Amino acid sequence: MGMPKVTYIEYNGTTHFVEVAVGLSVMRGAVNNNVPGIDADCGGECACATCHVYVDPAWLDKTGTPVPGSQEASMLSFAAEAEFNSRLSCQIAMREELDGLVVRMPQGQH
Amino acid sequence: MTTQLHDAYSIPLEAIDVSDPQLYQDDAWYPYFERLRREAPVHYCRESRYGPYWSVCKYKDIMQVEVNHGIYSSELGGIAVEDPPKGLERESFIRMDPPKHDEQRKVVGPIVAPPNLAEMEATIRERTIRVLEGLPRNETFDWVERVSIELTTMMLATLFDYPWEDRRRLTYWSDVAICNVRAPESPVHSEQEKFDELKKMAERMAELYNERAKQPPKFDLLSMLAHGRATQNMPLREFMGNLTLLIVGGNDTTRNSMTGGLYALSQHPHEYQKLRDNPALVASLVPEIIRYVTPVIHMRRTATHDAELGGQHIRAGDKVVMWYVSGNRDPDAIDDPDNFIIDRPRPRQHLSFGFGIHRCVGNRLAELQLRILWEELLPRHPVIEVLAAPRRTYSNFIHGMRSMPVRIPMQ
Repeated sequence: MGMPKVTYIEYNGTTHFVEVAVGLSVMRGAVNNNVPGIDADCGGECACATCHVYVDPAWLDKTGTPVPGSQEASMLSFAAEAEFNSRLSCQIAMREELDGLVVRMPQGQH
Repeated sequence: MTTQLHDAYSIPLEAIDVSDPQLYQDDAWYPYFERLRREAPVHYCRESRYGPYWSVCKYKDIMQVEVNHGIYSSELGGIAVEDPPKGLERESFIRMDPPKHDEQRKVVGPIVAPPNLAEMEATIRERTIRVLEGLPRNETFDWVERVSIELTTMMLATLFDYPWEDRRRLTYWSDVAICNVRAPESPVHSEQEKFDELKKMAERMAELYNERAKQPPKFDLLSMLAHGRATQNMPLREFMGNLTLLIVGGNDTTRNSMTGGLYALSQHPHEYQKLRDNPALVASLVPEIIRYVTPVIHMRRTATHDAELGGQHIRAGDKVVMWYVSGNRDPDAIDDPDNFIIDRPRPRQHLSFGFGIHRCVGNRLAELQLRILWEELLPRHPVIEVLAAPRRTYSNFIHGMRSMPVRIPMQ
């Protein structure tokens, strides 16, 4: 079995299939492979909201949603166009059971 | 006003006071922070014009203060090393903690969010082109006045839907708001005078606000404030404070990046040539300008509890100053930080917008304005000669450039 894969879908529909090693964040998987649409200004400190993604609803049970009152929930509350399935991708650590995960990017990071 | 500057390495460590505005007007701050980062990255200054304060000088320590807003409050003592003037305080959401901060910030956020920026891009581009095509050739002119102020003032007038012909009032009020009243070149010379001018601003804005409250909601800041649940019925001081915040935030920082970016390129001709050869580098040039210029010198917090920071014991009530100028030059976070390099691998990783809940709400608009400026400048005016270093502002808070003479040669 190879590394788990993540599908990143840009706002314009361009799709990227990327292998992301277990333990790396979904944000890092995009940045390390030059997938556009995830800026990650703070470098994974959960201190901005520029790695915002929409998790495909079918995967929400496995990724989970931000804990209310957490730093992630707080930063996401300021993100443009946050939805019920919004996550900061720096806060999703890759695991075997996330193999096949699908995330979509917003129009722009803010 | 003039302070005798000492050699950064010969004075006793405890005597270093980086809050002196003269350091920034003279552009002389670098060695002081270089020493502090090495010898006392979280440094206590016992005596200064602004009382005792901690200096946080390393990138990672600044990040720690930024994300722990429960310990490091913006509300207790404000956001500048200089305390708000007694009796003349002006509340605004940048000087609040949650939950009120969050409620008010969310009202204005959408105007500078990506969907609206996409709407505004064509207008900004068209205006930028007009300003650039009107620049004289083979004649010395002030870049700050003709380009930086002009472009950012137009942007402000659009954001507020402020009467176009009076738009320079917005620039004036921004200058009043940020000025150090001790500096001779400042437009006002006492805190009372500053308060009175900003009150006039609030009165003029209140007329527009009241008109818009009666009209259906539209997409300008005054209408958004008038219709936002968290920003309706603000007391006068809070109205003054929030408008000042939006005017300064939407103006000064971008203005100084427009000036500072050209200056940085002129000081690094090899980088300037790289940009001419490959205009696609504008994408990484823009965040590098914002890092290198660091338009906001510091932000201050006040400790609500005792805490450990960089091995130092901070006590409840202490003043804690995050020096963004220093964190952006920290070699442990940024490679070769004193160099201006327009194709850095991770150019967006800088502290100029702050991090955490108070991170600059207009960051993407600022980047958009700078990107358009450079995209339109390169084909029209590939060579701009900077004839002298910029004259800088006497301030330890806003990293301002008041004028910079330039000349565009005949083609």
